[in-house]
Amino acid sequence: MQNRIIELFKENKKEVLSIFFTAGFPYLDSTKTIIETLEKSGAELLEIGMPYSDPVADGETIQMSNKIALDNGMSIKLLFEQIKDIRKTVEIPLILMGYLNPIVQYGVERFCKKAVELGIDGVILPDLPIDLYIDEYKDLFEKYNLSNILLVTPQTSDTRIKMIDENTSGFIYMVSDDSITGKTGQLSEKQIEYFNRVNAMELKNPRIIGFGISNHHNFSTACQYASGAIIGSAFIRAIHNSNDLEADIKRFVSGILKPA
Amino acid sequence: MFQVNEKGFYGKFGGAYIPEMLYPNIEELQQNYLKIINAESFQKEFRQMLKDYVGRPSPLYYAQRLSERYQTNIYLKREDLNHTGAHKVNNTLGQILLAKKLGKEKIIAETGAGQHGVATATVCALMGMPCIVYMGAIDIERQKPNVQRMKLLGAEVRPARSGSQTLKDATNEAMRHWIGDPKGTHYIIGSVVGPHPYPDMVARFQAVISEETKWQLQEKTGKENPDYVIACVGGGSNAMGAFFHYLDDTDVKLIAVEAAGLGINSGESAATSVLGKSGILHGSKTLLMQTPDGQVIEPYSISAGLDYPGIGPVHAHLYDTQRAIFENATDDEAMAAGKVLCELEGIIPAIETAHALAVLEKIKFNPSDNLIICLSGRGDKDLATYMKYYG
Repeated sequence: MQNRIIELFKENKKEVLSIFFTAGFPYLDSTKTIIETLEKSGAELLEIGMPYSDPVADGETIQMSNKIALDNGMSIKLLFEQIKDIRKTVEIPLILMGYLNPIVQYGVERFCKKAVELGIDGVILPDLPIDLYIDEYKDLFEKYNLSNILLVTPQTSDTRIKMIDENTSGFIYMVSDDSITGKTGQLSEKQIEYFNRVNAMELKNPRIIGFGISNHHNFSTACQYASGAIIGSAFIRAIHNSNDLEADIKRFVSGILKPA
Repeated sequence: MFQVNEKGFYGKFGGAYIPEMLYPNIEELQQNYLKIINAESFQKEFRQMLKDYVGRPSPLYYAQRLSERYQTNIYLKREDLNHTGAHKVNNTLGQILLAKKLGKEKIIAETGAGQHGVATATVCALMGMPCIVYMGAIDIERQKPNVQRMKLLGAEVRPARSGSQTLKDATNEAMRHWIGDPKGTHYIIGSVVGPHPYPDMVARFQAVISEETKWQLQEKTGKENPDYVIACVGGGSNAMGAFFHYLDDTDVKLIAVEAAGLGINSGESAATSVLGKSGILHGSKTLLMQTPDGQVIEPYSISAGLDYPGIGPVHAHLYDTQRAIFENATDDEAMAAGKVLCELEGIIPAIETAHALAVLEKIKFNPSDNLIICLSGRGDKDLATYMKYYG
């Protein structure tokens, strides 16, 4: 089985819209509807958040969605149950994003095996740095053909970016420094310098820009400097308390893809 | 075998499980902390400040009436007599000197009981550095005097309103702040927790406690080593300081006392070694109270400083290797032990410290035994809790 993330980026693919959401939010059984509607609406890559009690790398919005999801009763076990037939209806690459501890308790090998069986293509674990990944888990992830996607920031050294590039597959998640959103959606000189620096490194993996993207304007701006962009908090806000998930999701995605 | 290895692990525990955003700060610390703190000029300045500003060495006091009551020999290491009223200042002083050497301009910290917050605000005032302290909203209520002290010292106290609104959540908020504002900011962690090198760095700054008890006990008894060293453990910094220079002397028994809250099986407890299993929180692998799904359990203790779902990775290792004996004391047992110390010795201990004293009721010591109990902090901050309890 080919890894769908690698397939997606094969032909120098551009302007990939990637959406993050938290499983179990806004409602316990929203997961399948959200995935299917996002694909139909034009998202090409999804990150499914596995909620955690102590999401230290997340801001207020995603903390809130994590808490609601846990209060609703979400767990890795239940998530796997909910997406067991997802590959009958959905073709785009799916990534699981979360913190290390729940996966360690589930059993890392058991997790990799089950995830791949269900058609998951990769994971993003913000609290698993590259050094510990190489020492502890790389062999396992490669055995199951599961991409491990790592973050780089404007402070990440070239040496470390190369190390991340060499030891991971799928794409590299470029964290933009101060949020791209800003008021005007303009990138700062420093951000452009950072994107250009990384782009000039001739990395094997494509890059996707994340953190702070919320509208069509800053999505297209980010896409000039990478293969695509990830939207998280803005999407979470758009579906919070939604009474009509399908309509709200379609409206949100079309707003990102087309100018207002 | 009880020291950290080059990758930051103590046996199975430790490491630096951190988001990439913090990597430059953590790497900077990992590469420089030993070089800086072992330098002669640093040690000279640190030692001088411990003496003149903190008031060290803290006395090792033979508690005669307490010893008579329990038919053994009890020496109290008086960390409560340090400036700011607890052992915490040993670490904050060391870390702020280190932060200065690294050219940092801003300090953030978390606090539970407020002792670490006060000790951080104090050294920030001393060094003229801006200071933000995160504190659980519940702890802000139950440790009001310390909140007022921090403010008077010029620190900004920010309430953590997520989760159980106690120490764990304050630590989350401080880490989040650091992730969002890493440049020029040093995070003074208050215990032997967090990503490597924090557990080792904090242990080294607190090690002055056992460095002193070694010569102090020698002076008093002609013996350098006691039979027991006893300390309370939340994250475990006073315990680590009290144990540090005895770790390799295996004839010295080390007793770590955790907070059992309303009882080990009550669902309202903070006794991590009994209730926890291996997990990852706040940047290190350690024993952690968690659900079978790996979600962190909100702990409970009457004492804000012990109200934490993990322990430092070094303590997880001491537990795992059975180098230390882990005991626990309930709220009631700690409050009773605190009162005994007030009445027999005229010392009001912090409620955290009272947990260590509670061991005297639980273990029968020999009349010839020498015990060192780390009296980690004074109880002025806990007056409201004592009054309410004994109302």
